[in-house]
Amino acid sequence: MTAAAIVVRDLRKRFAKVEAVRGVSFDVEPGTTTALLGGNGAGKTTTLSMLLGVLLPTAGSIHVLGCDMLHDRYRVLPRMNFTSPYVDLPKRLTVRENLRVFADLYGVARPSYRIGELTAELDLDLILKRPYGQLSAGQRTRVSLAKALLNRPDVLLLDEPTASLDPDIGDRVRTYLEEYQRSSGCTMLLASHNMNEVERMCADVIMLRAGNVVDHGSPADLIGRYGRETMEEVFLDIARGVEEREPGTAVEALS
Amino acid sequence: MSDLQPPGIDPYRGVVPSLRRIGALIRRHAYLLLKSWPRIVSMAYYPTVTMVLWAFLTLYLAPTNRFLTDAPGFFIGAVLLWDVLFRGQLGVSLTFVEEVYSRNLGNLFVSPLRFHEFIAGQLAMSVLRTLIGVGGACLAAWLLFSYSIFSMGLPLVAFFATLLAFGWAVGLAVSAMILRYGLGAEELAWAAIFLVAPVSGVYYPIGVLPPALQAVSYALPTAHVFEGMRAVLLRHTFDIALFRNAVLLDAVYIAIGVALFGAAVHSARKRGTLLQMGE
Repeated sequence: MTAAAIVVRDLRKRFAKVEAVRGVSFDVEPGTTTALLGGNGAGKTTTLSMLLGVLLPTAGSIHVLGCDMLHDRYRVLPRMNFTSPYVDLPKRLTVRENLRVFADLYGVARPSYRIGELTAELDLDLILKRPYGQLSAGQRTRVSLAKALLNRPDVLLLDEPTASLDPDIGDRVRTYLEEYQRSSGCTMLLASHNMNEVERMCADVIMLRAGNVVDHGSPADLIGRYGRETMEEVFLDIARGVEEREPGTAVEALS
Repeated sequence: MSDLQPPGIDPYRGVVPSLRRIGALIRRHAYLLLKSWPRIVSMAYYPTVTMVLWAFLTLYLAPTNRFLTDAPGFFIGAVLLWDVLFRGQLGVSLTFVEEVYSRNLGNLFVSPLRFHEFIAGQLAMSVLRTLIGVGGACLAAWLLFSYSIFSMGLPLVAFFATLLAFGWAVGLAVSAMILRYGLGAEELAWAAIFLVAPVSGVYYPIGVLPPALQAVSYALPTAHVFEGMRAVLLRHTFDIALFRNAVLLDAVYIAIGVALFGAAVHSARKRGTLLQMGE
């Protein structure tokens, strides 16, 4: 059996009087995409931040690719990357300049060639010379994704990777990520509010509520256990605290 | 688990990868700097205007003042060296402020860039900004008033280095305050260094200060540097003891600056502000 690419054990984070994450444990298998789901304030961003090493946990452990993220994160950070619509790139630098800077930060070999590859694959050609600050939200999302893929990461953390994208571009980005995973064996952890995206891309789903893991399983498994037809409905059940039930009894249980 | 274990030899450790990451930070700020001529002009503007003011004051006072007759470049040299300190500090603080404004700290701190490399990048940018800012004023002094700062000779290198180092220490402390208290503390970037101006003896000897303030002065490297500058300009001697004191005090202040900045980064990692911080 192959060891998990991401191993989280009893992870806790307390901010003053608020315990944002309360003993979260999960594994992410290598080469798979796992969704981290939950409503606002469930602890998704806090958990992702701790996985990235920019937020120190109050307790617990995180291992990524066998490395202890709390004590030895610099050994694995070159093999990781992330994208989030809530973290910008320098606005006055052009797209090409930004990508070149991050290629050097991640030690990318032949950076111009790699930037050229990503430009073609993510359709950045027309915006390459434009300052990042002048781009639309959708264009910024694609550039941030290019930045996240510069180092061909083995572990990719994706916080709402298709937010602000129109359905066409969103679909292309999802296809691109799936192809990237097939070709590279990359492990992806995805936080998203788009349940169609989760159903399509994820082999596993971790459901968070109030800082706890409240359920866990494949999308098909969760849909079956909650007696629902879509992940959207399962999400609503879990977020609102409705317990799983035998298939076909959801309506009765609610009434 | 063997397929997931990192290799025994870490290709991202060592001098060359480290220099490349520092170079990436320099590249990031150089892109910004070099594409904007108003930005470059504004860096040299203030030091040049201040130098011109002191140069005209010197021209006015020199005919009736023996001190200025003996050392006509005294005030110009002092103001240029003060600006080395000021630009050195601004170079660190404003480079950091730029990252905060750009909401880029999150990207940097999840990248393989290490803490000491981040600091090294800031210091390198400080050198570049100081050379542009003070270099412009030095050129103007030579063209307009026939005063060359290089007339101080080799001691100039010692003065430049020790003042720049103290500027770095203050710049790191200011960056720590901004990281801890947010952009509300940004004004410190412009104002902090002036707290030490009255006790640094830039334009007058430390001996004119009250005894209590003299003790404060000699706890700062700047007092030793400007006393050393006066020794060179007025007595034509380089006081090695003053230089040694300045270097030792710089080491202490840089250690304090790095410790404060390190503590601020640690606190930001505990509070989760690295990904959120921005305008």
